[in-house]
Amino acid sequence: MAFVNMKSKEVQAKIVYYGPGRGGKTTNLEYIYSKFRERIKSDMVSIKTHGDRTLFFDFLPFDIGKIMGYDVKVQLYTVPGQVKYDATRRLVLKGVDGMVFVADSQVSQRKKNILSLKNLQENLATYKKSIFKIPLVLQYNKRDLKDVPLLPVQQMDKDMNSQLKVPSFEGSALTGHNVVPTLKKIISQTMASLQNVLK
Amino acid sequence: MDYDDDGISFSEYTIEGEQIDMLDNILDEYVAESCANSAMLIDMAGNIIAQQDNGACEHDLYSLAALASANFAAVDTMAKLVGESEFSLLFHKGESESIHFSKVNSEFLLITIFGKDVTLGLLRLKVADALTKINAIWE
Amino acid sequence: MGSNYDDDVTFTEYSLGPDQLQKIETILQDDLIDSGVNSVMLIDLAGNIIAQKDNGSSEHDLYSLAALASANFAAVDTMAKIVGEEEFSLLFHKGENESIHFSKVHDEFLLISIFSKKVALGLLRLKVSESIDKITAIWKR
Repeated sequence: MAFVNMKSKEVQAKIVYYGPGRGGKTTNLEYIYSKFRERIKSDMVSIKTHGDRTLFFDFLPFDIGKIMGYDVKVQLYTVPGQVKYDATRRLVLKGVDGMVFVADSQVSQRKKNILSLKNLQENLATYKKSIFKIPLVLQYNKRDLKDVPLLPVQQMDKDMNSQLKVPSFEGSALTGHNVVPTLKKIISQTMASLQNVLK
Repeated sequence: MDYDDDGISFSEYTIEGEQIDMLDNILDEYVAESCANSAMLIDMAGNIIAQQDNGACEHDLYSLAALASANFAAVDTMAKLVGESEFSLLFHKGESESIHFSKVNSEFLLITIFGKDVTLGLLRLKVADALTKINAIWE
Repeated sequence: MGSNYDDDVTFTEYSLGPDQLQKIETILQDDLIDSGVNSVMLIDLAGNIIAQKDNGSSEHDLYSLAALASANFAAVDTMAKIVGEEEFSLLFHKGENESIHFSKVHDEFLLISIFSKKVALGLLRLKVSESIDKITAIWKR
């Protein structure tokens, strides 16, 4: 539910980073925040536990400049990934325009990725949105890990993207590898879906 | 399951340019009359629809809007969990500034930040006026 | 590095023995449930339920309530910081039949009380404040 202000020619769009707990959603936003510090006027807001786990969401408003004559503000959110926070996770999806699913490449996390993606589909459905229609980009995170076995990318594609067929990136939120391309992709997909509104 | 056709759900509400003008005017008047520091109309997803302040308010309003909508949604969900249709108005009192929440309709919230010099009674009166005017725009 | 990512590890800054938990449950029962409160729980700021008591006829989804309550508390706390406040006053939400009262215990815990109209807010506040004093005393030992 992007908000288009016809008067001030401003668009606010909501992009949510989803995925299993400790998958790197917050780390994605932290990297973006450090990389584009000069374009982000406010502080990143993180509602987290003492144990540094996301409790409600992280929030990062991001001015991406003018698109089709509109000043576009993208609001980046993360959800809490832990299974027990489903009620709060669902709240963050309200009015979402685009999604990044951050999957964990570790072999040990395979099942959690699949369950989290299924949970996303269910939670979108509560807002009458389809995972097959909402702008969505997958990120296979933690490709930088060396001392633990990682899932082959083909396997992750098969697990998560065989039906969705959305853009996917191998990434490392920690080193920043493909964090910005993931963001750019979801912004362009989200803007494309808003195009008929912006005319 | 009834999905949106185009993947974006812009249809939940629309606001024309002239309606934004009207909202700005209402908020401007409301801030002046209530002596509040800042007032903003936000949607349930945390977008700022209209905003006015007394010129001396320097808070990070985008973050506040995101937090306020989340706060409202969490309280609303808790109400549902205990079997209530909704809880009464939200209000957070601070040492020097307080925040007041009002539900305008199913889509919008009016968030007011005000100082100690404003009484809650007066504010509620002015909020009620502003809500009536805002709702009249859509009628 | 790999172990940092493990979802199964729960980070806790506190530990409670069975004796302490028993004492807390007794306090919740004697001071709050026996005063007419429908349901009460002590949760940590991550939304985990530490102790819980109810009058037997309360059937709410307490795990969701605990998660929402902790998240909401943190959201309100963050708003307070943004407008330059140390913290906002105690949270209380009034409903038609049941209301929820939130109280901070230490810096680590929240006491959530769900009560109906037959319990006056004044009495509830008194009982909550007494319970918090007693619960706090358990930690000091």
